[in-house]
Amino acid sequence: MMRRLILFIPLLIFFAMGIFLWRGLQLDPTELPSALIGKPMPAFQLSSLYDESRTLTERDLQGKPALVNVWATWCPTCKQEHAQLNKIAREEGVTIYGINYKDDRAKANDWLQRYQDPYVLNIFDPNGTLGLDLGVYGAPETYVLDKDGIIRYRHVGEVNEKVWRQLRDVMQKLDGGAS
Amino acid sequence: MSSSLSGLGRLLLALALWLPLAAQAAIDAFEFKDEATRERFQHLTAELRCPKCQNQNIADSNSPIASDLRHEIHRMLQEGASDDDIVDFMVARYGDFVLYRPRLNNETLLLWYGPFGLLLIGAVVVLVLTRKRRRAVAADEHPEHHLSAAEKRRLDELLKQDEK
Repeated sequence: MMRRLILFIPLLIFFAMGIFLWRGLQLDPTELPSALIGKPMPAFQLSSLYDESRTLTERDLQGKPALVNVWATWCPTCKQEHAQLNKIAREEGVTIYGINYKDDRAKANDWLQRYQDPYVLNIFDPNGTLGLDLGVYGAPETYVLDKDGIIRYRHVGEVNEKVWRQLRDVMQKLDGGAS
Repeated sequence: MSSSLSGLGRLLLALALWLPLAAQAAIDAFEFKDEATRERFQHLTAELRCPKCQNQNIADSNSPIASDLRHEIHRMLQEGASDDDIVDFMVARYGDFVLYRPRLNNETLLLWYGPFGLLLIGAVVVLVLTRKRRRAVAADEHPEHHLSAAEKRRLDELLKQDEK
């Protein structure tokens, strides 16, 4: 009897591996876990997109839970998600900070005038230095910050209705934890 | 020889000579303070994975982010950073993912030692099987070794009967 059972072990191993590999197929390999989850927003000193003389630092992003959206005018997906960001900012009153990543100041300002501006403030990062410190590897990327400026969540790619629900859940949990 | 070239031929020759220059311009040219630094740069960019185009290293990839990272590595090397500093810098931003040669930590323990574990299991299985087989073969060659005392007596009796 025992020997019979032993004969089934390879089959069991085969199924276990099959399940693992099958799960692996469902994963999106382009979605990298951020190395910065639970860490504070990297320190930076960059000018505001709207006003060249105004310097912004990581302290400007503290105070309340917010979204940080990395965007650029050369990025087609950023255009796709822009309406959603406008909706989030206007209808739900969510604070969204922008990082204008490797872009042209004039073009970016034009763009915001044409498609409306969901951002409370916009960090102008023409050389992508802040992007590099954040580990940005493709715009758009969206981060959830808590009120102390700690990065809680990262989403790479378009923010659509479905993704926004995820982000909202994360933000609501932050609010709950804070009060 | 050039006198035999037609106008078009001369133009083509000029273009052909110009091509390598144009091609070179697309590759970033880095200056290094010495040959050892150049080698470290080449080694590092080959060992680090491009976060955007996942199956290429930073040296191979054409993506803008890989180009940024090459510049960053070059800058750090020129400033005298050690290889470990640079690898730490990359891991702090992009996670363990950027390493083609994963570090040994709790998460990667299975990855590093799993194959040795499997090898060990295989060796044990082979050992057990061969030993079992050897015993079986031995039993075939000397079956009388496996008889109980009573069976042996009976066997001897039977053999004696034969002799009669």
